[in-house]
Amino acid sequence: METPLTGNIRPDREPPSLKEYEKSGGYRALARVVSGLAPAEVTAIVKDSTLMGRGGAGFPTGLKWSFVPMGVDAPPGPRYLVANADEMEPGTFKDRVLMEGDPHQLVEGMIISAYAIQATTAFIFLRADYDLAEKRLKRAVAEAYEAGYLGKNIMRSAYSLEMYVHVSAGRYICGEETALLNSLEGKRAIPRARPPFPQVSGLFGKPTVVDNVETLCNVPHILANGAEWYKSLSLTAIGGTKMYGVSGRVNRPGWWELPMGTTVREIVEVHAGGMRPGYALRGLLPGGASTDFLVEQHLDTPMDFTSIPKVGSRMGTGTMIILDGKTCPVAFVLNLLKFFAHESCGWCTPCREGLPWVARIVKAIEEGQGEARDLSVLEEHCVALAPGRTFCALAPGAVEPLQSALKYFREDFERHIKERGCPWRAA
Amino acid sequence: MLSDKEREEIEAEMARYPHKRAMVPEALRIVQTHRGWISDESVRDVAELMGMSAEEIDTIASSYNMIFRRPVGRHVILFCDNVSCWIMRSDAVRDHLVKRLAAGPGETTKDGRYTVLPSACLGDCHHAPVMMVDDEMHGNLTPEKIDRILERYT
Repeated sequence: METPLTGNIRPDREPPSLKEYEKSGGYRALARVVSGLAPAEVTAIVKDSTLMGRGGAGFPTGLKWSFVPMGVDAPPGPRYLVANADEMEPGTFKDRVLMEGDPHQLVEGMIISAYAIQATTAFIFLRADYDLAEKRLKRAVAEAYEAGYLGKNIMRSAYSLEMYVHVSAGRYICGEETALLNSLEGKRAIPRARPPFPQVSGLFGKPTVVDNVETLCNVPHILANGAEWYKSLSLTAIGGTKMYGVSGRVNRPGWWELPMGTTVREIVEVHAGGMRPGYALRGLLPGGASTDFLVEQHLDTPMDFTSIPKVGSRMGTGTMIILDGKTCPVAFVLNLLKFFAHESCGWCTPCREGLPWVARIVKAIEEGQGEARDLSVLEEHCVALAPGRTFCALAPGAVEPLQSALKYFREDFERHIKERGCPWRAA
Repeated sequence: MLSDKEREEIEAEMARYPHKRAMVPEALRIVQTHRGWISDESVRDVAELMGMSAEEIDTIASSYNMIFRRPVGRHVILFCDNVSCWIMRSDAVRDHLVKRLAAGPGETTKDGRYTVLPSACLGDCHHAPVMMVDDEMHGNLTPEKIDRILERYT
């Protein structure tokens, strides 16, 4: 089984230096690109590879790049590539692994991607708390400048690129791409209206592509080995491998790079070693806190962007959170809602007012103060905060675990209300 | 007043951005690195350097979790209270931490050594429960482990 993204990663040891990265084939894809491929050819190869955005939305990466106006349509002045390294989705720890474990892979992926859109400047928008990743990325960027992979006339080609590590001042909403752009412009991190899309008018009003760290890390391998090879890595129609992870009461919580489309069951039972003795699996969030619960009957579903939606959820970040039988589902959802209510940026009313409202109701239920009609109020909010009702995807994501918990764990909510307290606390 | 060193560091970073204003969060981070927190005076100093009003700077400063508008201890503990840690009973570990330090979330110990802040998911969920002390991660926390970690910082 091939693991292109993590082949160089040695947990708990220093990441590969520039020399070691080059020895493993690093920067050969970049050499090929800047010496012989036109930007449009790079984009075409990435399109053919079926690479889809690994931040959670699964938008086709090559297609996103192709929206950047090029040639005679291109406005004068700078254009930007931004790596979204603001990993902050609860339960998600995959980009940290990639940045700490093989920083040059991200840097090379960014240079190639920047070339495809002819960006003049690239930013790594890094989460404030990722201090180790910051140290390692800054070293990798400095090494890449030193070696002529960054700066003026990269590898003696006509292409030049500046790259900076921008450390965020910390806020969950910065992961939303337009809020990220506002933050990078030095403003409060609030989302922007679309259109215009960032590819046309993004950072400082210039054409900008924002891609997730894992997405960008795939790019050197696609350019080195071709679109057909990349597609062959996957078990399904969408190409590549995927960084999967599991947290919760399993025997071996952790991360694994596996073929795209590996089933939920294989990830949980084989790679994570199954549930710990005494703990039963009741459900799981497949890809971070903003995804709907899956339950036992869904375990044989392939973890990919098209299969998981067919069973009512989303692959999201691909890092699962397991709900076990000894953990109260109402309290689990309450923990998520308190987080989302706190992190709402306050820009649009449904999210700012709706999420604290929902969190208060779930808190009341958990603490034995719930009433029978609360469940229908919660259900109404799941509709009122659905996609299209709010400015960005924060609130719709926040109610995904709630709406599915009301479906799969309804009796637990009803028991809290009827017994005027949490059965798990009483036990 | 900003020190020469602070001013120098801020100006060195400015070249990256086409507009001076884009430097506001970074400037606040630099000042905070030197002073531990952002006082009203620091807000006014950054405002002057940026050519903006203090109110404009504060509206930015107050919107970010990692800009501290109140004094903090010599070490900042970010304690993850998100779902993956909570499942692994981070509540019990946090209660031990709070009792041991006699400082709750958002508070600083009497000796000024630690400030405890609840944090969003720290992205190390396979080692839950986790916390950070300054720039160091600590995972698989237990009350005993907390005791050992707290001894290490002065």
